Amino acid sequence: MAGRTVSGGDAPAPEATGGRHRRLTIILVLVVLGFFGFGFALVPLYNTFCKLTGLNGKTGGPVGASAVAALKPNDSRTVKVGFTSTVMPGLNWTFKPLHEHMMVHPGTVTSTSYLVSNPSDHPETGQAIMSVVPGRAARYFKKLQCFCFHQETLKAGQFRNMKLVYFISSGIPKDISSIIVSYAFFPVKKHT
Amino acid sequence: MNAAHAHDAHHDEHPRGISRWLFTTNHKDIGRLYIGFSVIMFLVGGVLAMLIRTELLRPTLMIPPEIYNQIITVHGLVMVFAAVMPATTGLANYLIPMMIGAPDMALPRLNNWGFWLLPPAALLLVMPFFLMLFGIGNGAIDTGWTMYAPLSVQGGMGVDFAIFAIYLMAMSSLLSSINVIVTIFNMRAPGMSMMKMPVFVWSWLITAFLLIAVFPPLVAGVTMLFADRHFGTHFFNAAGGGDPVLWEHLFWFFGHPEVYILLLPTAGILPHILSTFSRKPIYGYKAQVYSFWAIGALSVVVWAHHMFTSGMPVGAQLYFMYSTMAISIPVAILFFCWFATIWQGSMTFETPMLFALGYIVLFGVGGLTGLVLSDAVADQQYHNSYFLVAHFHYALFGGPVMGIIAATYYYLPKITGRMFNETVGKWHFWQTMVGFNLTFIPQFFLGIAGMPRRIPDYALQFAHLNMLSSIGAYILGSAQLLLVYNLIQVMRGVGKKATAQVWEGARGLEFTVPSPPPYHTFETQPVVQ
Repeated sequence: MAGRTVSGGDAPAPEATGGRHRRLTIILVLVVLGFFGFGFALVPLYNTFCKLTGLNGKTGGPVGASAVAALKPNDSRTVKVGFTSTVMPGLNWTFKPLHEHMMVHPGTVTSTSYLVSNPSDHPETGQAIMSVVPGRAARYFKKLQCFCFHQETLKAGQFRNMKLVYFISSGIPKDISSIIVSYAFFPVKKHT
Repeated sequence: MNAAHAHDAHHDEHPRGISRWLFTTNHKDIGRLYIGFSVIMFLVGGVLAMLIRTELLRPTLMIPPEIYNQIITVHGLVMVFAAVMPATTGLANYLIPMMIGAPDMALPRLNNWGFWLLPPAALLLVMPFFLMLFGIGNGAIDTGWTMYAPLSVQGGMGVDFAIFAIYLMAMSSLLSSINVIVTIFNMRAPGMSMMKMPVFVWSWLITAFLLIAVFPPLVAGVTMLFADRHFGTHFFNAAGGGDPVLWEHLFWFFGHPEVYILLLPTAGILPHILSTFSRKPIYGYKAQVYSFWAIGALSVVVWAHHMFTSGMPVGAQLYFMYSTMAISIPVAILFFCWFATIWQGSMTFETPMLFALGYIVLFGVGGLTGLVLSDAVADQQYHNSYFLVAHFHYALFGGPVMGIIAATYYYLPKITGRMFNETVGKWHFWQTMVGFNLTFIPQFFLGIAGMPRRIPDYALQFAHLNMLSSIGAYILGSAQLLLVYNLIQVMRGVGKKATAQVWEGARGLEFTVPSPPPYHTFETQPVVQ
């Protein structure tokens, strides 16, 4: 079979053509690899973007004690914070917030808890994921203590009081008068 | 065969039998393989479409819902990846070297590889159907062609088959895109500057750039999906802190430019056909080239208009709404140029011209209904309804498929050396137009009335329009057999011999070589004035 198909009067010598082809091909393959990498880079980029903007209600990790020291409570404002709970299929737990909703002043550290029990006859492991609605408010909801994103195992019949300590930072936009904090417990499948 | 030595006496020498096709590095052979493969897969996808419309003929369940889900998914994947994309790639392989006066593609061995990755990919897509018949697995991928997480994370082994099919198809597309770019940059005949290239070549150059930009992120996405399914990662798994919406972003970052990857090559071939049959030069060459660039650039920044109902902030919805609407400007310029090309021309209505005009009408409807959907407020109502189904069939059948059929009829005499049966061609056109509109106009009304897509059954109030739509689908489906008849006839050598120019008004380097062209063309490069 013909390895090289370029020939004829006016065409450049085959070696020169092959070199030009090779150079451009290598550049294009690098572009492809670059965009392949970009696909993966989108994961951290997307997460950062969500944390910055509160897209999808992502709140960012727990804040340290130093943040609390700097707090200035704003008693002139009250924000209504509602709590919801969901148990995803595959988990047999009961899961309820202690308070359906609370009235809090921005900048005031508040604590509440969720009541979790495992009425089934075998131990189960779950992991809670939380989000905040509206997404705009997510980055003003600061957690000091939370049971989310940790695996929690409940023995058969065990009851637990899972604590949540939080505050709402005083920078929260004026037009937001109520937010909803949503917790969902997902079953954790052990990969063997 | 020894192309390096340009023996005029052995011009048409090539291996015979199966080895000719398996090992060929000849751009015309590979182009024909692509087109043949695409016709076969078009029929496979068409049979699946007929099954969908049969299920929806009456408000009752004939096909089990899980099988129905597999049928709609594989119909979509086959039509997009195995029918339309190979068809435009085949046209590129066959035409680009001839249009720019090159003897072959720049990377012929890669070209052979690019094609032969496709049949295994198609096999991977449909094989789970047959494995299920033998009691292995639970059938093909059933998530819809968008493969949204978490459904695709939980799905059966059909999803894995589809992931590997996407790997092969991506590899194939990327190889042929690289080949197209290198060919266009390095192998133009002396005197053919970039701004003298035929419009079709320009449209493919931009298509190739889009492909190498957006296919790799999809490959990255399905790799994450595969890892989520089998290696316990949590890219899309909310339970582990992942985010299913991330998949939607990754998919549509590929999926929206993909629409233009399907469309642009046919928008590039259209002016050639319109100009030939109205016997006027192409109007607005530069405007069309710049519009292609504008469409290509805009297409990668508007993807989330597919996700208006995914809970985006208002600001993001506004951005994606306005940027999407902005695409209608370069597209409108293309329409204007098409109209201006045929304006006051001495038009004749041979089959390719009919399909080209049909393209303008149907794709026009697809574009205008797209403007309705791009409205972030209206989309809350129309999202995932049959309005959307009708819209993208007008855009994807009315555009790419009509364009590919027009190009096939236009170049068939050039490729085979025989004129096809014009009467059958005209019947094919009119039956396609009647069938297509009868299928999809009722779906606009069904969508507005609230019928959701991807559901195998529906409320009784939708019965009459669905019946009409199904009858239209049977007309449309059977019309394509006329195309198959014409293809078989010219391949058997039936029909009048075609001249080198084929059509009275045809221009371009490809119409300076005999029909059919010799196995090797332009071994001595032509010089463009």
